Amino acid sequence: MTALLTIDGLTKAYPGVVANDDVSFEIQPGEVHALLGENGAGKSTLVKMIYGLVKPDSGRMTFKGAAYTPPEPRAARAAGVAMVFQHFSLFEALSVAENVALGMEDPPKPRDLAARIREVSETYGLPLDPDRLVGDLSAGERQRVEIIRCLLQDPKLLIMDEPTSVLTPQEVEILFHTLRKLSEEGTAILYISHKLEEIRALCDEATILRLGKVVATCTPREVTAAHMAELMVGKSLAAPARDEAEPGEILLKVAGLSLEPATPFGTPLRHIGFEVRAGEVLGIGGVAGNGQDELLAALSGEALTAHGAIQFKGEPIGDVPPNARRVLGILCAPEERLGHAAAPDMSLTENAVLTARLRRGLDRSGFLDWSGAKSYAETVIERFDVRTPGPDVAARALSGGNLQKYVIGREILQDPDVLVVNQPTWGVDASAAAAIRQAILDLAQGGAAVVCISQDLDELLEVSDRFCALNEGRLSAPRPARGLSMEEIGLMLGGAHDMHEADMEAAHDPA
Amino acid sequence: MIRLEKRPTPSRAWIIGAPILAVILTMIAGGLMFAILGQDPVESIRVIFLDPLFDERFAAFSRPQLLVKAGPLILIAIGLSLGFRAGIWNIGAEGQYIIGAICGAGFGLAFYPSENLLIFPGMIIAGALGGWAWAMIPAILKTRFRTNEILVSLLLVYVAEAILAQAATGFLRNPEGAGFPGSRNLARHPGTDNPEIIAGSGMHWGVLAAFIAVIAAYVLLNRHLLGYQIKLAGEAPRAARFAGVNPTRLIILCLGVSGALAGMAGLFEVAGPAGQISIDFNSGYGFTAIIVAFLGRLHPVGILLAGLLLALTFIGGELAQLMLGVPAPAIQAFQGMLLFFLLALDVLSNYRLRWKTAEVAS
Amino acid sequence: MVIDPVTLIVALIGASTPILLAAIGELVVERSGVLNLGVEGMMIIGAVSGFIIAVNSGSPWLGFVGGAFGGAVLSLIFAILTQYLLSNQVATGLALTLFGLGLAALMGEAYAGISPPMTPDLFPEAMRDIPALGPILFGHDLIVYVSLALVAAVWFMLAHTRAGLILRAVGESHEAAHALGYKVVRIRVLAILFGGACAGLGGAYLSLVRVPSWTEGMTAGAGWIALALVVFASWKPWRALLGAYLFGGIAALQLRLQAADINIPVVLLDMSPYLVTIIVLVLISSDKTRAALNAPAALGKVFHASG
Repeated sequence: MTALLTIDGLTKAYPGVVANDDVSFEIQPGEVHALLGENGAGKSTLVKMIYGLVKPDSGRMTFKGAAYTPPEPRAARAAGVAMVFQHFSLFEALSVAENVALGMEDPPKPRDLAARIREVSETYGLPLDPDRLVGDLSAGERQRVEIIRCLLQDPKLLIMDEPTSVLTPQEVEILFHTLRKLSEEGTAILYISHKLEEIRALCDEATILRLGKVVATCTPREVTAAHMAELMVGKSLAAPARDEAEPGEILLKVAGLSLEPATPFGTPLRHIGFEVRAGEVLGIGGVAGNGQDELLAALSGEALTAHGAIQFKGEPIGDVPPNARRVLGILCAPEERLGHAAAPDMSLTENAVLTARLRRGLDRSGFLDWSGAKSYAETVIERFDVRTPGPDVAARALSGGNLQKYVIGREILQDPDVLVVNQPTWGVDASAAAAIRQAILDLAQGGAAVVCISQDLDELLEVSDRFCALNEGRLSAPRPARGLSMEEIGLMLGGAHDMHEADMEAAHDPA
Repeated sequence: MIRLEKRPTPSRAWIIGAPILAVILTMIAGGLMFAILGQDPVESIRVIFLDPLFDERFAAFSRPQLLVKAGPLILIAIGLSLGFRAGIWNIGAEGQYIIGAICGAGFGLAFYPSENLLIFPGMIIAGALGGWAWAMIPAILKTRFRTNEILVSLLLVYVAEAILAQAATGFLRNPEGAGFPGSRNLARHPGTDNPEIIAGSGMHWGVLAAFIAVIAAYVLLNRHLLGYQIKLAGEAPRAARFAGVNPTRLIILCLGVSGALAGMAGLFEVAGPAGQISIDFNSGYGFTAIIVAFLGRLHPVGILLAGLLLALTFIGGELAQLMLGVPAPAIQAFQGMLLFFLLALDVLSNYRLRWKTAEVAS
Repeated sequence: MVIDPVTLIVALIGASTPILLAAIGELVVERSGVLNLGVEGMMIIGAVSGFIIAVNSGSPWLGFVGGAFGGAVLSLIFAILTQYLLSNQVATGLALTLFGLGLAALMGEAYAGISPPMTPDLFPEAMRDIPALGPILFGHDLIVYVSLALVAAVWFMLAHTRAGLILRAVGESHEAAHALGYKVVRIRVLAILFGGACAGLGGAYLSLVRVPSWTEGMTAGAGWIALALVVFASWKPWRALLGAYLFGGIAALQLRLQAADINIPVVLLDMSPYLVTIIVLVLISSDKTRAALNAPAALGKVFHASG
């Protein structure tokens, strides 16, 4: 059997970094091939080359036996390569059908297209209404739009970039069912992920990338997840450690918190309630777009709520603005590092002033103490092992992992009583992620209450004492994290959105 | 093909170098423009940039004019730069300048013919308040109704011009002026005049105010929390909210300060160099100040230098008109060109140019 | 004195045509995600270049073409600066206006006080003489009908063609459009040029038909009103038409009231078009949900494709 896609010695360098270094592998027709690697290992660059978004510096590709050098995505699509992006390439203000049409070379008339969308989405168990605005869809539904956009073009190779990061466990099952069906029909799938168990469940072959190079290939079903992890990271990482301790007094209490969204496609919060005690980590899971940003804004004070909806040590603070909350000891680290937690073009020293001014006394009656700010920035850099030439460097010059360590460190070193973090390790390499999780646990150990909002369920199970799920702006009742199964968590997360019973059953059938 | 590549950290060299290179390129392009108009390009550039300062025939008159013209430009531009840094676009300074002048002049004329020493300070305050109030219209509409401040502040310039026409021909008209439009002459009446502080230097109270504004803005932006918040709001609005910056307060503050400074500039002008409220006493300083603010990189010291340079082009332009017959509007086009070159070169402080290497895949 | 409704309607159609043309062009530009504040500058360049060409060639039609060309050439500067050199769109638009006003005054120096060639009405006199309906429906020159056709064409393009869908997509999210392989910069440059040509044509209509003569600064804020009109229209072509006719109506009524010697202060009438524009802007923007939903999401943002 000849390979569908052969990649031979692909190399792509950016200034200061070789994203792909002599990468070679093959994909057979109908094969589900995993591309495994950490953040920054070069997976995205590689698939962008296959999809024609980036041109390789050197190396060759062969597709269906012919030389393959797509100058642009259009050519890749015409050749039979389709791609589902990690950060969706969707347009919120346009309808599902319009979004699908934009991804096709030669879309049929709108009415025919709508019918085709309905037909294909039913066939593959991914129901969709072509007339709805994409902005109103959940993350899982948005992914369906992307997948259907690809399927309508009858691809020979489907590239999926981290598809499950926005799905509930049940939705993952359904997706896998769809992918297996496609694979049986002869469509090859290039599946990019860093989630090992998923790869073991789905993929026939795996190519493992580290720092731009192929370090190993394996058959995932025949090796352990731990083995693959070691190949991927290059060393074995210790799981974060913590001692058992009795939680103390209630530091943060939220009751009946409701909030209208600030943006047209935002999620309203509905009657949210929880408590966090000193020494405790409360994990809040949920698929992106279910109110995480809004919840963080309400807790940080960026969005003000009813007076009594949030209480700190029994004091109502729902309508207290951000800086007054910082004075009390409630600190936050938002998800978006560049532009929210930190100003991209400002130096690390200037970014230290952003949140640490009041608690670290970085101003005197309005006049800023720059040397104090600089020394605080240096402390954060040193204590949290932030790799940077110094505190005068602009925030945007740091890698994701280093900037995240800086942001988290900036808050933790202010000795908060309550720390709220949203997606603390999103897009961060494994060793930085481990360090951040350890720091969160150490903070709780020291007597702080921590709220950790995350989409990464493995992360939440690792750090949380109690777990609750955010779904369409509502929060489930917290449950002890220890002993929760993925199935139970999935149901807490709202199961599969808008799925028919039949599809659920189909999803559970062995493929 | 040239490709742009984002720099990890903005280049300090280019932040300073770009305006200088822009001035040089504008001289070249401007020379070309003058050549098309049938002038000797080298001669025209010399008349505009060098003769006002160094030619013995003109320098005695021109040098003081430099401060007279740079004063209002700098004063207005300093105010605008605070807002521009915060992403608040007050482009109606011309209107605030006019209203400030009318209010200040109205205050002074209300006490005519008194020569009380408190009248002039009162006029300054009235001028600042007038400009402030005029700028509060877009500020309040933006904070209350999210109305675009660019359009409102600009449209209000036309409203202010209509009021100015009414003031000059109606409620502020000189009762002893034989029916001609225009107010009493403020500059020739002790008590309402804005005199030169040092005779023959061009340095009137407005120029002094401009220098004070430069220093205050420098301290504000580099040392004070408020300046930090202004920069933060402009660079990363979401981070600013997170840092506890109240956007409403910032909008009111930035528009208010720029309006007050523009209003003050208007009063200094009408009580000094212009002398009276007339239909066209305003000479577009409010718009030119936008160029000054950008050319000075929204930085106080840069604005000081840019204000002097633009003042020079005004004086040199008049001289070129007189000596060479270069049409008056040429200088406005010239100033616009300067801004274009600056904006074009701006890219170099945040991006590096790379010659695109031959693509492997074609 | 009574104001005749038929002549008022005829006058308002004429008065609104320049801002309608400029607004429909800017609407397309903004739908592609670009905010060009240089409409005033492009209009006045269109006014002067159209005037010069019409006077020298003796043909108003060549003048209109020249006006559109002039506006497009000026907008090309904006396109190069914002799309290739990634400059701030607000600052660049302002620069375009300041430069355009200066350059136009320079170009038009020798042309003040001259009358341009007449632009004939399109329909024969018999049709124009039909009572009431005749002047309203047939009593205009070609450009008025061109402006209406442009509104219809832009509406059709945006709502029913693939090109329109791609344009809207680029204006919603340039990253997503780029990821799908659309040429974001090229599409935006074309939109900017179209906007420049429309503004230039609107300017030429001012100097060749409305006034008709050349005076410095003759656009008197029409470009800014056109920009406000796009917001008023919530980026929808037919509403731009409605808005333009509303403003044209106020302008025409205001002139007639001044002439009619009715007891309203002239200063108030002079400022009325600007005040009304501001009031309408406030009304539109105070409706929070609608204003946010209709604005193109990528409006004014700088796009730089990495990698």
